[in-house]
Amino acid sequence: MRITVWLAPSTWVAGLAPLVNYPDAELTLMCVVDAGVDAAVRGGHTGLLGRGKWGGRPTESTNLVQAAAATELLDEAEMRIGRATTRRILTSDHPEREVVAACADTDLLILARDGDKHRLGPRSLGRATRFVLDHAPCQILLLWPESAPSVATIPPLPTSGRPRKKPHD
Amino acid sequence: MAYLLLAAVLIFAVIRPWDLPEAIAAVPAAGIVVFAHLSPWSTVAEEFTELTPTLIFLGAILVLAWTAAEEGVFTYAADLMLRYGMKSGQRLFTLTFVAASLSTAFLSIDATVVLLTPIVISTAVTSNIRPRPFAYACNHLSNSASVLLPVSNLTNLLLFAQLGISFTTFGMIMLGPGLVIIFIEYLALSWFFSNDLHAPVMSRPARASRRPSIPVLAILASTIVGFTSSQFIHVPPAYVALAGALGMTFYRLRRVGPGQRSTTLWSMTRAANPEFLAFVAALSIVVLPLRLGPAGSVLEHHFPAGETLLALVLASGFAALLANVVNNVPAALMLAPIVAHSPPLALAALIGLNVGPNLTYTGSLATLLWRRILDSHDHPADVLVFTRLGLLTVPASLLGGTLALWASLHLLGRI
Repeated sequence: MRITVWLAPSTWVAGLAPLVNYPDAELTLMCVVDAGVDAAVRGGHTGLLGRGKWGGRPTESTNLVQAAAATELLDEAEMRIGRATTRRILTSDHPEREVVAACADTDLLILARDGDKHRLGPRSLGRATRFVLDHAPCQILLLWPESAPSVATIPPLPTSGRPRKKPHD
Repeated sequence: MAYLLLAAVLIFAVIRPWDLPEAIAAVPAAGIVVFAHLSPWSTVAEEFTELTPTLIFLGAILVLAWTAAEEGVFTYAADLMLRYGMKSGQRLFTLTFVAASLSTAFLSIDATVVLLTPIVISTAVTSNIRPRPFAYACNHLSNSASVLLPVSNLTNLLLFAQLGISFTTFGMIMLGPGLVIIFIEYLALSWFFSNDLHAPVMSRPARASRRPSIPVLAILASTIVGFTSSQFIHVPPAYVALAGALGMTFYRLRRVGPGQRSTTLWSMTRAANPEFLAFVAALSIVVLPLRLGPAGSVLEHHFPAGETLLALVLASGFAALLANVVNNVPAALMLAPIVAHSPPLALAALIGLNVGPNLTYTGSLATLLWRRILDSHDHPADVLVFTRLGLLTVPASLLGGTLALWASLHLLGRI
């Protein structure tokens, strides 16, 4: 069985927990570098018309900073799992599409919710995670990074007021 | 001819072929203006004399900002942010707003973009917080918080030199509008990135922070105090900045061994960004024939007059538009003589010139179009995200900021 684990900086520990159930699986650990950050930084520099290379503008792209953090994270994760894995660091300004593409030859994708952890509902998923959930070409194991919020966090049904229009009305 | 020269100078500055300094095109273009008599000699000389204190001011602020970074002021700020904000993305985001606003206000837009932003991003990355909202916040605040003080932006310096109001008066009038604009940015960006900012955080132990040396902090603090008291001691603020920069240079020269003094002196000269100063001087001369010709008259004829609320709102909108058509530096050079007679109108124009660039992530629509044409590596997705964010904040900030300006002018009895 081929398993891919998408490790995000703040939730990665949760993603490793289920692996004990798959001792013989072929593992790929995956991190994503958000290239959009670098685009915003470079845009700021372009806006500074005429400033040339003041103070030796940082030649180090923020992608490298993120990639270094990702490498560190993968090292730590591999150490915790205690066996060899395939490691992938994807750099993209469309992380969701890269992740989906990277799942083309995997059987199971493990990922953690990355949004609001205090209540149940759609906001518990980030934009990229939702896209992956909707489009992944494999089985998915979706985890809460910590314990799941209580069912009481779901807002009650509206009892009064105008009835909501159904989408297909 | 004059239009072609300006276009060539700006396009060269956007493309920067072979990484050449922008002054390489601007200085010869200014030479053509002078020697082809596109502008009378006397006007050029007058413009240059008027601009000199502004250039000294700008160079000195750049030296102060650069040295502050070298002495670890920005890293220390990031360490403090991390100490108090590592437990939640939203809290670190709030602290980023404070740091970026302060760094822009006191040490200029250049300091925030070039010196603070990379440190903030690496702080977010190392504390396992998603960096995207922080990159966008720094980018936006470098423009919008730059309405606060004359030193915050070159556009302010260019207009401030002609307004005849003191540093403190400028700061007092613009405090309200600046805070309103920053608050609008804060609400808009927090909402826009709420999912990223509320993502779970897995904090790491805080780094040991090292406070910058006392003399460095003392020089920075006394320069700021010097700005606010410059009107009472009858010294132009540009010379206060110069004294601060020289003080910082002497401090660093004393600290290094005799063998390294020339290297230090050279790096301090580089910190003043002389190529940029040359570019600004040349650009102001290239703009002269346009300003004095038909383009200037058209602009003067159509630019809102009067000091009513409507005139101020229109002035800031007009200036924002102009900043997007070219870039806010040439736009400020064009507008300076038109608004110089009326501080309220000039300050409204500055809100437009400084906030307007947030509409696109490259500072102006013109730059963005050139980059789209020339740079296939650009990320269309981010252009879209940034433009959506610009549409969310710029109109609201222009309106909110100008309303606050109007209120502040009334409160201080300036209208």
